[in-house]
Amino acid sequence: MMYDWLYNLTGSDILSMFVVSLLPLFLFILPFALLAVLAERKVSAHMQDRLGPMRVGYHGILQTVADIIKLLQKEDVVPSATDKTLFNFAPLLVFMGSYAAFAAIPFSGFFIGSKIDLGIIFIVGVTGLVVAGILMAGWASNNKYSLLGAMRSAAQIISYEIPTLLIILTVIMLTGTLSLYDLSEMQTQYFWNWMILGGPAVGLQKILLIPLMILGCLIIYTSTLAEVNRTPFDIPEAESELVSGYHTEYSGMKFAMFFLAEYANMFAVSAIVAVLFFGGYQSPFGYLGNTLNLPWLIPIEQFFWFTAKGLFFVFVQMWLRWTLPRFRVDQLMAFCWKYLIPFSFVILLLVGLISLM
Amino acid sequence: MKTYFLNFWQGLFTILIGMKVTFKHLFVPAVTIQYPTVKPQMPERERNRLYVNMDDCIGCDQCARACPVNCIEIETVKSLPEEDLGKTSNGKKKVLWVTKFDIDFAKCCYCQLCVFPCPTDCIYMTDVYEFSEFSRDNLLYDFATLLPEERIQKKKNFEEMQAKKEAEKAEAAKKTAEAKAAAQKPQEEKPKDNSKENKEENK
Repeated sequence: MMYDWLYNLTGSDILSMFVVSLLPLFLFILPFALLAVLAERKVSAHMQDRLGPMRVGYHGILQTVADIIKLLQKEDVVPSATDKTLFNFAPLLVFMGSYAAFAAIPFSGFFIGSKIDLGIIFIVGVTGLVVAGILMAGWASNNKYSLLGAMRSAAQIISYEIPTLLIILTVIMLTGTLSLYDLSEMQTQYFWNWMILGGPAVGLQKILLIPLMILGCLIIYTSTLAEVNRTPFDIPEAESELVSGYHTEYSGMKFAMFFLAEYANMFAVSAIVAVLFFGGYQSPFGYLGNTLNLPWLIPIEQFFWFTAKGLFFVFVQMWLRWTLPRFRVDQLMAFCWKYLIPFSFVILLLVGLISLM
Repeated sequence: MKTYFLNFWQGLFTILIGMKVTFKHLFVPAVTIQYPTVKPQMPERERNRLYVNMDDCIGCDQCARACPVNCIEIETVKSLPEEDLGKTSNGKKKVLWVTKFDIDFAKCCYCQLCVFPCPTDCIYMTDVYEFSEFSRDNLLYDFATLLPEERIQKKKNFEEMQAKKEAEKAEAAKKTAEAKAAAQKPQEEKPKDNSKENKEENK
């Protein structure tokens, strides 16, 4: 583990804790957000037969860096009619919520911010801060569009939390652990051990589990997509109807915080899907480090596989965004309550019966 | 119950079809171009900003007369006999100084009617279409190649020549009158009638 290694190296408890807690932010979230914003613009552009940003750097590689510099220079406008404390605190809260989730995400077997036994529950719980932050931002902005966006967001996240949790519960029931590390370790070696293909179960049980797990994976992917307010579930930010929803009144770095939180959340959610169903940081075909007898290579390979899986799901999110139009509010609720929740209940029940076998 | 599952299946299936379409478009080459650096191919007979090649202009004023919105203003001054203005590229002799050749592109309607009457093909359409200005006055293009002082000089030259000619004429008239008078003196047969006839002619 990273913490132990640093502790042995420096002998300082605080320093190693500090480094371990800051690593995901500086080594992962910030570069990822920079890359993801650019990727989003490039992917959307190419899907619409455009070129996207081309001016800053080669094919616009430095576009987001330029954007960040612009946002840093911008005046931080606080409208006079807002509730100042809440208005200033909301972006921090939103960012805290999505940053804290990274504490329990297993980037590799060697590096987990905090190897807690309640990993998945911690992530689900701490992501709830984002709802509070969004609601706070919408309320404090004192703007009807912001408030509407925030209300929609809260309603949507609370509804879609149910199918997410039911599917997580299914997986937990099958594996018997809440720790993301243990979950990943269970799906080790080859890709047929991944939860989407029935996990470590064998025989008839595995065959029966596969269709249920695929369906469960689809359900958790859609419902987490709704939780991070991405198209087709982006009614809280709906540019065309609500201007920008809860971050209409924000400018400069506070707006950047919301943006950063959104992209961090996108990755966190993809990471959860990857850990629960696609083996987390495990390689699909065994490790090069094992065959070459280089044990130090394994954590690097694990990190590579984890980010690859995460980025793939982020790409699918972008892909879906430019494929599907936005839901209406009633369609959104109908989709959740009439389709996702019954299906996830049935999956929960069937998986329970199968695991009794 | 059947429709419920059918809905679910169709929802899933149609999303996959849509995703297939967008994924295909990911590899379609972009239809847009990088505009200010890469410009679109203009049609063959494009009509954009006019250009006047003043080396060939003979100041015939035909373009100004053809213009339906009167955006071309030309003023010319005759050259002195001893001045050689050269020839146009198709062999016409230039005899006029063009002291003013203004085209107001705020008025111009890009109809190309001025291009056809030009005897020397010196006014034509170019492929320049980016010439927006903040002030309308900046759209008044001055094509005349003479310097402002030169223009005044040419006008003055012409006036001087004119004055000189007038003076010469007057002198010549005087001389002829004198000569006439001298010629008339010997024949004093019908001086009164003659003068009367002269007056009538004058009338």
